[in-house]
Amino acid sequence: MAAIISVQNLSKSYASGTVALTDVALDIEAGEILALLGPNGAGKTTLISIICGLVTATSGRVTVGGHDIVRDYRAARAMIGLVPQEIALETFETVINTVRFTRGLYGRGRDDAYLERLLRSLTLWDKRDAKLIELSGGMKRRVMIAKALSHQPAILFLDEPTAGVDVNLRREMWQVVRDLRASGVTIILTTHYIAEAEEMADRIGVVNKGRLLLVRDKTELMHEFGRKRLCVELAEPLAALPAEVAAEMAGRGLSLSPDGQHVLYEYDTRADRSGIARLLAGFAAAGLAVRDLSTEETSLEDVFLRLVEETP
Amino acid sequence: MNWRAVQTVFNHEMARFWRTLWESLASPALSTVLYFVVFGAAIGSRIEKVEGVSYGAFIVPGLIMLTVLQQSIANASFGIFFPKFVGTIYEILAAPASFIEIVLGYVGAAAAKSMIIAAVILATSYGFVDIRIAHPLWMVAFLLLTSVSFSLLGFLLGLWAKDWQQLQIIPMMVITPLVFLGGAFYSASMLPPFWEGAARLNPVLYLISGFRWAFFDIADVPVGVSLIAVTFFLALGMAAVWFIFRTGWRLRP
Repeated sequence: MAAIISVQNLSKSYASGTVALTDVALDIEAGEILALLGPNGAGKTTLISIICGLVTATSGRVTVGGHDIVRDYRAARAMIGLVPQEIALETFETVINTVRFTRGLYGRGRDDAYLERLLRSLTLWDKRDAKLIELSGGMKRRVMIAKALSHQPAILFLDEPTAGVDVNLRREMWQVVRDLRASGVTIILTTHYIAEAEEMADRIGVVNKGRLLLVRDKTELMHEFGRKRLCVELAEPLAALPAEVAAEMAGRGLSLSPDGQHVLYEYDTRADRSGIARLLAGFAAAGLAVRDLSTEETSLEDVFLRLVEETP
Repeated sequence: MNWRAVQTVFNHEMARFWRTLWESLASPALSTVLYFVVFGAAIGSRIEKVEGVSYGAFIVPGLIMLTVLQQSIANASFGIFFPKFVGTIYEILAAPASFIEIVLGYVGAAAAKSMIIAAVILATSYGFVDIRIAHPLWMVAFLLLTSVSFSLLGFLLGLWAKDWQQLQIIPMMVITPLVFLGGAFYSASMLPPFWEGAARLNPVLYLISGFRWAFFDIADVPVGVSLIAVTFFLALGMAAVWFIFRTGWRLRP
């Protein structure tokens, strides 16, 4: 697929001396959901702020739909909708007027039919004449999304869309994002909630200390960095692992649970041979009866923590 | 040019004016009535004509200028400071609109409000004094140039201000004293020679003098000098806007 956003050698140092981004390169494909994952202060917001025109890059180049964000900023920005992290609304304005305002800023003529569809899709239509101050936090967030989509952008940036949001609303937001993707919008979301990236994204970029550590397809990432754990439940508890099995699997992450009922085996999913067959053959040779088997995958959280901890 | 963005910002700003129409117009109209009662009737009745014009009529251009300068600065500075304060500035910066277009929207609306308020003060004045405007077109031209120049200044103030105190300090500490000392209520020629010379260092004197000339054909300084002064203010404001446009000062880190 063609890259709709291309970031090349992007760096940013603020006047205070803070280095927010160092030599970031990233291609974002049309129609995908990319999650930028990283701890607070990693540089995620600076990255999207530069792409959206809120912050000036120190060096590097960004194109959106082939348009340079500095030289051809009008065409580039017209393709982008942005939902910032903080809810920022003029509280005495009405829902419909604030959405119309954003559409006008983007140079688009009035289109009541589109705005009605948009507000209905975000369950805001009944509140269109309500003042923003009267809305709940969840509705205000949806208004922010409606504003960002008011000019029918091809790309939507969501900066920490569910920070400080309750579980129900978080799921609701996820559904909104899925619906948007289904309608063909490319979505870039930043988050420090790993579950969110795991739930939503097609690809995941991990950002830490101003560097983009990697960008991978989510399942590939899990596969590449993931480990699995096999839990073998024995028919009879053991006091210790049989010596021949322990010797056979030495150094390969085999252990016995404290109650002696379970044998735990960690293996690398990338390895050509997992060692499971050898383990089970060893059990059979030692005359051990197996009652049950289960496997557990490493979560994205483990992958993320490993990557972040490894950042120099 | 993204004219729709200009129009959107302009309409948005004017909507606030219309929403608070009563406050927007009643306050300057009331102030004008009070000035007429105090300076026109109470004090003015004891003052002879100033350069052939009754004192009540003489202060009308100064009163209009006083309000126009204050309102232009207040409206334009609030207009851009408010989105900075509540955080909605992000959508103005992210929009496919140049800084010039954004300035046109905010400054245009602030200047339009000032012109409307000036018309209300002028209309109120007719209830108290008899005024004949000698050069109506020049009067409108001076009003327009002043409104735009000081709205630009207000816009810059709104960009510069980091809090509400900073937003208020320039109008209170600089603009109001300059207007009072700029001949709003007297002719510079009424001052002792030293102070008359000092008054000529006050840029606002040139605005009020030119504006008064448009009304009564009398001026403290030649009208050409006034015109140059107001054009200078406009150029200064535009140069500052250009600087911000180039550097993103106080807007884009």
